[in-house]
Amino acid sequence: MLTGDFNIKSEKKIEVRNLTKIFGKKPKKALSLIETGSSKSEIFERTGQNVGLYNVSFDIYEGEIFVIMGLSGSGKSTLLRCINRLIDPTDGHILLDGDDVATASSEELREMRRNKMGMVFQNFALIPHRTVLDNVAYGLEIQGMSKEERDAKGKEAIETVGLKGYEDSKTSQLSGGMQQRVGLARALATDPDVLLMDEAFSALDPLIRSEMQDELLALEDKMQKTIVFVSHDLDEALKLGDRIMIMNDGKIAQIGTAEDILTEPADDYVSRFVAGVDRTKIFTAEAVMKRAEPVVSINSGPKVALQLMREHGISSIFVVNREKHVEGIIKVDDALKGSKEGKGLRDIMSDDVTTIHPDTPLNELIPIIENSSPLAVARDDGKLIGIIVRGSVLGALAIEEV
Amino acid sequence: MAITKIPVGEAIEVLVNWIEGNFGVLLDLFSDATDYMISGLNDTLLLFPPIVFALIIGIAAYFIGKKDLKLAIGSTVGLLLIENMGLWVLSMETISLVITSASLALIIAIPLGIVSAKNEFAYHVIKPLLDLMQTMPSFVYLIPAVIFFGLGNVPGLVATIVFAMPPAIRLTTLGIQQVPKELAEVADAFGSTPWQKLTKVELPTALPSIMAGVNQCIMLSLSMVVIAAMIGARGLGYQVLIGIQRVDIGQGFEAGLGIVIIAIILDRFTQHLTPK
Repeated sequence: MLTGDFNIKSEKKIEVRNLTKIFGKKPKKALSLIETGSSKSEIFERTGQNVGLYNVSFDIYEGEIFVIMGLSGSGKSTLLRCINRLIDPTDGHILLDGDDVATASSEELREMRRNKMGMVFQNFALIPHRTVLDNVAYGLEIQGMSKEERDAKGKEAIETVGLKGYEDSKTSQLSGGMQQRVGLARALATDPDVLLMDEAFSALDPLIRSEMQDELLALEDKMQKTIVFVSHDLDEALKLGDRIMIMNDGKIAQIGTAEDILTEPADDYVSRFVAGVDRTKIFTAEAVMKRAEPVVSINSGPKVALQLMREHGISSIFVVNREKHVEGIIKVDDALKGSKEGKGLRDIMSDDVTTIHPDTPLNELIPIIENSSPLAVARDDGKLIGIIVRGSVLGALAIEEV
Repeated sequence: MAITKIPVGEAIEVLVNWIEGNFGVLLDLFSDATDYMISGLNDTLLLFPPIVFALIIGIAAYFIGKKDLKLAIGSTVGLLLIENMGLWVLSMETISLVITSASLALIIAIPLGIVSAKNEFAYHVIKPLLDLMQTMPSFVYLIPAVIFFGLGNVPGLVATIVFAMPPAIRLTTLGIQQVPKELAEVADAFGSTPWQKLTKVELPTALPSIMAGVNQCIMLSLSMVVIAAMIGARGLGYQVLIGIQRVDIGQGFEAGLGIVIIAIILDRFTQHLTPK
């Protein structure tokens, strides 16, 4: 396991120690097998018990956004639910401010849930037939707070998430994004130290999801809560997480900052995970290309080409025909020579141009771009839509990786 | 070689006799209490002149049915028709019996439904009992009811309670079991006590299903109250029974029509009270 150097100097908020969850009716036998070091599949073969979490230990620091990542079945949701014991762990400890959640009595547990932990659910889980305000104030209501006081606090939370004016709406009348704002406000209303967010934005469409992520980051700047965020989406994890924990098969594959995970994947699983999303999904030719300007028309002369290159401070320029199809490329030296000798563009340009499709993934571009001549990005109909130079590829990598 | 008959019937007989012998006082007490409830309700209903009662029901229907004029007029006209056929007193008797037995059935059924939704063991005990109660021909309930309570309204009421409970239990259980898992988790995650979880999250969410059970319970009560006329329960059922015995089509049909009118009114009322 690789732990990135984590330089926020703060206290440990949650300490998870040797946490194990076994699903099945005879966990004891499976537990003893784990102690002897048997693998998950061995245990399933020998006892029929399914290991959900396999001896997991890690810390979450105060004020950070800690993203737990993994594919479905990796144990990430189980782990989150062990933190507030919606799922009872089979073995191990979860210390929240030093108090063990795993061994707390039902009363102690209730107190912790009421005051220290708020939870946001994937499918919003708003209580039907309750208004927005009554949903948000639920956590306060069950603590026995008076209606006046809880309504005031509820309204405050509703304002924080930007839903002012919707207090008396029925939740079923709201859009998905707004419903999840209600879910978030409900978790914030009790002012807990820790927010547990279970795939909170996964049910939203991409635009709204991105908007909610930005707002969560803005809120976190103000409130400095400790957020444990479960996600299966690497983009989301990279965007939100101060640190990211990647889980595989009930075990921790890697814990680290986004940079650690991208640059130094701990094992094959993590590198495949990172590779899969990173290069094909985010970085395509279209994402890093520049607008196809300037270009020079095939019917003009070398003087025009030279003039354009001088104006834009570039050393080569694409030659296009009237349909904006690429005919060739002219380097500044050739253009100078051509203009002295009075030649046409056709005679001096080089037709050695690499044309690529806008959806070409970046990892395929990197070897091509090495020879330093710009790439032309053209759509299926051959029309030039952009240019990629070496600098823009490197620039995009530098921005996205941090 | 003849196989000995297993004495199932005899065993039940012994059991019934034993209950009769040992709990006679309790049975009498129950009998007096329920009889008092039925006649009390019946007397109250008869305090109103039919025309006034019909109007009250019509107005109530108008508001409960969210300004449904058709339901309001239909209820009033229906009740006046009953009065016109000379079946008013008998109808009030039937309504008293239905309301009393359905209320008692619900008081037992809803908590049982909750228990069986919450407790796996209770569920496995209650479920086969419900299957038995629902498939057993309803006439069979009449026999022990007569042994315990003699003839009259009370045995009819008891048979009705037994007959009307199962759907209310089932639909309560189903409603609570169908509360989305995440909603139950919400209740826990914010630190609800089990009672808060039940009353603030689970029951309100399950309410449409529970109300469907209430509706079924009332409808079954009505149908059983009619059958219970065979063991001396009063009301419209008795009139139907007389119609059968005398092969009097007119009388039987009139009483039947009265039952249909009451059934429709009760059904629409409970349906409109169900939150959508």
